[in-house]
Amino acid sequence: MVIDLSHIEKIYDSTAGPVHALKDISLHINKGEIYGIIGLSGAGKSTLVRCINLLERPTKGTVTIEGKDITAMNNAELREARKGIGMIFQHFNLLSTSTVFDNIAFPLQLSNTPKDEIKSRVTELLDLVGLANKADQYPSQLSGGQKQRVGIARALASNPHILLCDEATSALDPQTTKSILHLIKDINKKLKLTVVVITHEMQVIKEICDKVAVIDKGIIAEQGDVLDVFINPQEPITKEFISVLLSNELPVDFRNIEIADEPFEDSILLMRLTFIGETANDPIISSLVKKYDVSADLFFGSLDDIKGAPFGRLIIGLDGSQKDIHSAMDYLREQKVKMEVIGYVSRHASSHH
Amino acid sequence: MSADMLPLITKALGETVYMVVVSMIISSLLGIPLGVLLHTTSKGQILECLPVNRVVGAVVNAIRSIPFIILMVAIIPLTRLIVGSAIGTTAAMVPLVLASVPFIGRQVETSLREIPYGIVEAAQAMGATPLQIIRKVFLPEAMPNIVAQLTTVIISLIGESAMAGAIGGGGLGDLAIRYGYQRFRPDIMIATVIVLIIMVQIVQFAGNKLAKHLDKR
Repeated sequence: MVIDLSHIEKIYDSTAGPVHALKDISLHINKGEIYGIIGLSGAGKSTLVRCINLLERPTKGTVTIEGKDITAMNNAELREARKGIGMIFQHFNLLSTSTVFDNIAFPLQLSNTPKDEIKSRVTELLDLVGLANKADQYPSQLSGGQKQRVGIARALASNPHILLCDEATSALDPQTTKSILHLIKDINKKLKLTVVVITHEMQVIKEICDKVAVIDKGIIAEQGDVLDVFINPQEPITKEFISVLLSNELPVDFRNIEIADEPFEDSILLMRLTFIGETANDPIISSLVKKYDVSADLFFGSLDDIKGAPFGRLIIGLDGSQKDIHSAMDYLREQKVKMEVIGYVSRHASSHH
Repeated sequence: MSADMLPLITKALGETVYMVVVSMIISSLLGIPLGVLLHTTSKGQILECLPVNRVVGAVVNAIRSIPFIILMVAIIPLTRLIVGSAIGTTAAMVPLVLASVPFIGRQVETSLREIPYGIVEAAQAMGATPLQIIRKVFLPEAMPNIVAQLTTVIISLIGESAMAGAIGGGGLGDLAIRYGYQRFRPDIMIATVIVLIIMVQIVQFAGNKLAKHLDKR
């Protein structure tokens, strides 16, 4: 385990009394993982990531980095430990009066690295982040995406094992966000870096994270593999984050009509199916129709991918006798398909029919 | 214009420049660290220490609230102690420095406060010591502002040095009072004023240029 947060509490004093920002948070992050922490603003996620390098000192609890309890270190030891933890920020936090080169060289200068060594290391990093021709420019001359690339190069300069990303793409447009996320994923693989990503966007989690923790009002509401959390969200807050990406709205035709729990004359059973991994590629619907005396109408379909795993969603309407419909549902359950029954609707409701 | 005027003005100008330059150097050497101290010991800052911050802040405010002409007279014993005399160009520099140090301190503090805390946080995250943050983050990042503000300080020093001149410090102020006013020489009075105006213009122009050159934002 590279990062081990154990029973972290953080209480701030404010004029309105103590504020409990983090409540008994424990997180374990393994080597090489990209770990996402998602939460709304004010949920405590920025405080939590700052507890990993002790920019914020937790009121209670311990932070263990690569087996060393950094909460027990003195200032000098802590500064040394921080050199093994890179960090990038939403607003980049570059030195405005230094060139790109000098910004990236900054952490090396702090450790009194010899000049020629700095030069070769910075050149290497500029290549890695694709800014080889910008060495002599000042941050104000760069775009947001380029500034974040400088931030990443600077964070990597002292060869850290861990990279903390605090809303690193929140100030960037969607296109630039994608390229920065790619870069982060790239260096995660190349350098076997453990990455902690703080965000309020499920898109970021979906794009690069292996694991995710949902933080809400200072506690971890839910955590696990990204795919599991996407398929089987437990908490309302998680469902809300996911719904931004995966619309749960019914097709237009069904929005303003009655949805019944029981079958009625001329009704079809509407259900939502979620396919994950290999099942997304299997012809489940066609074999369903072949096996049972039912017809299946497709009303909505989407195919997405989460960290490279296919992720399909369908809304279908089953038509047939109750007995056949129930057998068909049993069959679907066996197929590792997540099935959600919406209800019975009139078959005439849909103009597709 | 009489023949005696040019050497009089050249000599006085030399004294003024000497007073301003030397007091400015000494004041900056003391005032910039004072500004750093005022900022870094304030709440939430890297060397937070509120008792020190409050005491130093109160002393700074106290000195700054004394009008220069009174300060000059009030510290004559101190001036004697330091320079050995209360009269002369060098003696005039003691009150000049004493008045400028708190002024520079506050100006530098203001400049430092404008640096986004995120940059400091980034440096801390990279393992920088407080001294490294001061030397490599605070001072370089605030330098364009500090230069602009030191320009203002130089200009007020030119004005104060004229006052100091009037009580025996020499310089342009002394010349204007002794010749222009007491000996009814309006030509010298006018010439002195013109020289002062030109001096201030040059200082302001150079200060603006330098600040602009340093500013990469």
